[in-house]
Amino acid sequence: MSTLLDVRNVSKQFTMGGLLSRRVVNAVQDASFSLSTETPEIFTIIGESGSGKTTLARMILGLELPSSGDIQFRGKTVSAKGSRAEQLAFMGNVQPVFQNPFEAFNPLKRIDRYLESTTRRFLKLTQRDDIDGAMDEALQKVGLSLAEVKGRYPHEMSGGQLQRAAIARALIPNPPLLVADEPVSMVDASLRMSIVNLLKSLRDDLGVSIIYITHDLATAYYISNRLIIMQRGRIVEMGDARAVLDNPEHPYSRLLKASVLSTEDAGDGKLATDPAMVKLASDLVARPGTLESRGDGRLVRVY
Amino acid sequence: MSEDLLKVEGLKAYYQMNYFGVNREVRAVDDITMTVRKNEIYGIAGESSSGKTSFIKVLAAAIRPPMRIVAGSVKYDFKGLAMDVATATPAQIEAVRWKHLSYIMQGSMSVLNPVRRIGKTFEDFASKPLGLKGGPFRERVLHHLDRLKLPAEVLNAYPHELSGGMRQRVTIGLATVCHPEFVIADEPTTALDVVVQKEVLSLIREIQRDMGSSVVFVTHDMSVHANMTDRVGIIYAGRLVEEGPTRQMFFAPKHPYTAHLVASLPRIGDRTQRPALEGRPPSLANPPSGCRFHPRCPLAIDKCKTEVPPMVTVAHDQRSACWRAGDVEPLVQPHAAHEVLA
Repeated sequence: MSTLLDVRNVSKQFTMGGLLSRRVVNAVQDASFSLSTETPEIFTIIGESGSGKTTLARMILGLELPSSGDIQFRGKTVSAKGSRAEQLAFMGNVQPVFQNPFEAFNPLKRIDRYLESTTRRFLKLTQRDDIDGAMDEALQKVGLSLAEVKGRYPHEMSGGQLQRAAIARALIPNPPLLVADEPVSMVDASLRMSIVNLLKSLRDDLGVSIIYITHDLATAYYISNRLIIMQRGRIVEMGDARAVLDNPEHPYSRLLKASVLSTEDAGDGKLATDPAMVKLASDLVARPGTLESRGDGRLVRVY
Repeated sequence: MSEDLLKVEGLKAYYQMNYFGVNREVRAVDDITMTVRKNEIYGIAGESSSGKTSFIKVLAAAIRPPMRIVAGSVKYDFKGLAMDVATATPAQIEAVRWKHLSYIMQGSMSVLNPVRRIGKTFEDFASKPLGLKGGPFRERVLHHLDRLKLPAEVLNAYPHELSGGMRQRVTIGLATVCHPEFVIADEPTTALDVVVQKEVLSLIREIQRDMGSSVVFVTHDMSVHANMTDRVGIIYAGRLVEEGPTRQMFFAPKHPYTAHLVASLPRIGDRTQRPALEGRPPSLANPPSGCRFHPRCPLAIDKCKTEVPPMVTVAHDQRSACWRAGDVEPLVQPHAAHEVLA
């Protein structure tokens, strides 16, 4: 079994403030996990804002370098060094999908121009017909077609369609790995499930592995195979998505699950969170602890 | 049945523009009739560009051109002080603002003045409507902050020094310090994390129960509506398509759009395939004929394409605008949901 992506003991520190009030923020501390090439999966990173999930994603995309540790993609270290050709090859293999599709597209340029520049750069195509064919193929995968998209500006499409177009752009170089940073949080409720179902079918039908970053436990349960839960830069629980979310063990995971608003008791107005739970979870932030494995294959941080 | 605080009747508010001789009309609010009772939380759900923000702008009496009320009335009945937004003078609106009618805004970072301490912001907002100054004013504010479980020190802080949840609580404090009878909350928790979101929601509910005021709570997140509201109204393309008690809306919806919104929510403990609605939200400048939902509706018949369905009572306290309201199958069963949990 070969590994697609291997994240080994990765940490990232940011230094904030000026000379006198310097402060070091540990955005990610000692994160390790790996994805295999043979079994495509949706690997979910769950955490609140400030938990380091986006920093981790940026490091996987090579936009940020780890302070310590090592990220390897197909056995090669992800780094900003190396030739332009090497970087392009890497970018063709790991593609991002960002949170807000309205910000991802230039509002003054037509959508197909963005897709076209990706096609030219990664597929090295120069003939008009080849480019159109490649764009159409990618758009078909997400349930759109070139005829629908061609000549249109971002404001002419709904958020859901635009996010699909953004995913189509990411699929043009046929990457084995997509990194999707909160891809549905800016999309309307009635269109959200179409994006989530799309990610699912990309994994099942095209064999694309997806790193899905979210703070929404319900969609994470719905589509992911494995997940990690991060609290202030540390992985506190990791394992099979169903096992972990059905029965979370770490106090922070339990707090997150308890905070999910359920519709089962709609209209009853149950809202109170147990303050003891919040305190228990926040008390653990400062303590390092160690990850311990459990019988069902999950890792839990214990203190 | 408790009394009504707000009565909206046949409200039409359009954006009317004239660029270079070309008239353009966007029917953002088209024929909405509803009431908000005393001491209840009324939820409004709708997608972006469904007209829900325009609707609450009218409710908040913040109508600016090019938006104009074309028809209908928005009647408030504050204690001994009646007002119709459609005909009110600026002085009348000024008299009720903050004191009787208040607004919790989205995005606490842009609401609070970044270069002014929170205490000063409180003064700017509330000193005039309360008619208090100096010591007594400070005391009143501190008393209110205590209720919101905010420490007194926040008054000396700048907005950037507070966390997102704290800032949102400060904006709730600003909106409620004058004990208004009617509060409009526009997506107050959308930018917050799950844990903080729940805290802020329960705080709004607590304050509402405490003051006995009415709240109109706007969000597109149906799971928030499930836990927050007493009644929910669903807006689609500028029209109210269904309203009713929250529990009935979730377990016995009578409009296909509501049924879809409820059914598409993923749940922990349930991995069955969720349906996704095809198509896109309609443009308000050029809405579909007849029932505006018909191009996306699984139940649509020929009649839906030509005739606008009226809002009719379909169950106790529940109204729906659908020709086939009787055929809408609830896609989620309350008992089945509990089995999944167990």
